[in-house]
Amino acid sequence: MKAGYLPKLLFSPSVFLVLVCVYGYIMFTIYLSFTTSTMLPQYDWAGTANYTRLLGLDNWQVSLGNLATFAGLYIVIAMALGLGLAILIDQKIRAESAFRSIFLYPMALSFIVTGTAWKWLLDPGVGLERSMHLLGWESFSFTWIKDSEMAIYCVVIAAVWQTSGFVMAMFLAGLRGVDTEQVNAAKVDGARTWQIYLRIILPQLGPVFVSAFVILAHMAIKSYDLVIALTNGGPGRSTWLPSVFMYQYTFTRNEMAVGAASSVLMLVAIGAVVLPYLFSEMRKVKNG
Amino acid sequence: MKKQLISLAVAACTAVPAFAQQQSVEVLHWWTSGGEASALNVLKGTLEKQGVKWNDMPVAGGGGEAAMTAVRARVTSGNPPTAVQMLGFDTQDWAKQGVLADLNDLAAKGGWDKVVPPQLQKFSKFNGKWISVPVNLHTTNWIWANKEVLAKAGVTTEPKDFDEFIAAADKVQKAGFIAVAHGGQPWQDATIFDSVVLSTGGVDYYRKAFIELDVKTLNSPTTLKVFQRMSQVRKLVDKDFSGRDWNVASGMVISGKAGFQIMGDWAKGEFANAKKVPGKDFFCYRFPGTQGAASFNTDQFAMFKLSDPQKTAAQLKLAADIMEPSFQSSFNVIKGAAPARSDVSDAAFDECGKKAIKDAAEASKNNTLVGSIAHGHAVPASMKNSFYDVITRHFNGQIDDKKAVAELVSAAKN
Repeated sequence: MKAGYLPKLLFSPSVFLVLVCVYGYIMFTIYLSFTTSTMLPQYDWAGTANYTRLLGLDNWQVSLGNLATFAGLYIVIAMALGLGLAILIDQKIRAESAFRSIFLYPMALSFIVTGTAWKWLLDPGVGLERSMHLLGWESFSFTWIKDSEMAIYCVVIAAVWQTSGFVMAMFLAGLRGVDTEQVNAAKVDGARTWQIYLRIILPQLGPVFVSAFVILAHMAIKSYDLVIALTNGGPGRSTWLPSVFMYQYTFTRNEMAVGAASSVLMLVAIGAVVLPYLFSEMRKVKNG
Repeated sequence: MKKQLISLAVAACTAVPAFAQQQSVEVLHWWTSGGEASALNVLKGTLEKQGVKWNDMPVAGGGGEAAMTAVRARVTSGNPPTAVQMLGFDTQDWAKQGVLADLNDLAAKGGWDKVVPPQLQKFSKFNGKWISVPVNLHTTNWIWANKEVLAKAGVTTEPKDFDEFIAAADKVQKAGFIAVAHGGQPWQDATIFDSVVLSTGGVDYYRKAFIELDVKTLNSPTTLKVFQRMSQVRKLVDKDFSGRDWNVASGMVISGKAGFQIMGDWAKGEFANAKKVPGKDFFCYRFPGTQGAASFNTDQFAMFKLSDPQKTAAQLKLAADIMEPSFQSSFNVIKGAAPARSDVSDAAFDECGKKAIKDAAEASKNNTLVGSIAHGHAVPASMKNSFYDVITRHFNGQIDDKKAVAELVSAAKN
């Protein structure tokens, strides 16, 4: 059924807004990254000087390293936990919806709230370590958040806590979509539970893995409010992520062009993750 | 019925402009701690008595980072606030963009050129035009000490040089108190750095290395000694220092948990707010080794160009009020700084305030008054932040002394 002109007309204001406000501004930022902008936008051409400066900056190297650690751990642990929780909840337990809600609640909080709450929990002076000391375990020590090397793992903890429930919900939906006939046939053939999961159920969850990966990856690259609320980039600069770098250089350090260059690189990174997925989805729609 | 509606509408239209007659100023600042807010109330009260409404726009964050971002958004959208609190080179950066107002008429009337020290004028003027109003002259090379804690630790005399300070701090630590109350935010680490540089190399080294950015002076054994001394101070702070706010650290000294705090004289505002008396409850020393010199920062209210003549009139009232000697006295008594005007009497100030005024006048006369590195009065924001990177990474143990010197040199070259 071919659509008439009416749906297209209805769409056009939104399309126009998105074209200007999203893609237009992206083009503007890309242009800014090639200028000499410092405090406010300036339009003198600077070539690739900003990218050269960016790649030579220590802060950027730290941010990239942290992103690799954070994104890697975050995606792997959140998917593993999400899948584990989904499998456990799928076992036809009592109060299943109650458990589902409990695990999904953290997603309702904003990252700022999560970051602040975990900052208090992980602070040695007022949080977990102090509670353990008060309970009698005097030598318990958990100062990760104050340690330059370990603070990034605290960010991982808070982020995983927030989103594993969401990943669990995705996997639960996927598990419910698996054909029970196949599972029954496997049981009749004498397959054990772990074999059923490994050989039949998990392979069918392929699309869910991909969706979860795309969502988690882009959330990892975007993370700014969580880091700021949890550690404010500290101790020192040890929990900087590219998003924190972009904000600091554009606004606080009056080096807008370098900040723009860093956000262009972030866009390229997200594009590298999302675009292949989008293209494969679009090809599927075209083919059937 | 229709006639009634129309007449009501016309009446409403003529009534609304009448409300817009009252002058108002919108002031953006980051004075959100107890002491600072009460100091600002003095200005609010003065303006309200003159019929000018005060629209407060506080943006928290001790070093002003968040505030500067908020200003940028307002200015780019074409709706700048009336006045913005700014430190050091930020006024110059904004003046270069051509968005600050010209206050020369008001300055000539008030004779500002004669009463404001030239080192401060450098930041209040751009191309010979007054663009911001200095409120005070803060200095950053102070130590604040709790008298009782020192007595319990057996520290009886004021430390005269750096080694005596370390010895005194060790005694405080051995007595079971925290030696130095510190908040691990980059600007606070840098505030300690100000004092250690001034104490280790003196005014000439400070000037050559950190204001003129002479690479040979920066890459010298003196700089290595500065970082070695920073490592010594690092051993005196408690393990929870990272991320703590400056006024919470002051609170630790006020309540007797810690012995010393190395902080600028806005810390005195906290002590005063807690009703502590200098000499009786706490001491204020110059950082040992920096007696006779002062690293300063001055709070300025930068005045933005406004399009509405009503708003400009209110803005000029605000500027004139800030420079009134009576305001400079009453505001800075609470805030803890010396007034920006050198002709204000020190009668209303307490012991530490009187010392601040005396030291400032002396340093200005002897040319030992240097801009604070930590607070944007030595180098512009971009380089200040590069210095912060090195100082805070060194303080947090991520780089050692030698590497810190090398990184400082490369930051200064950029």
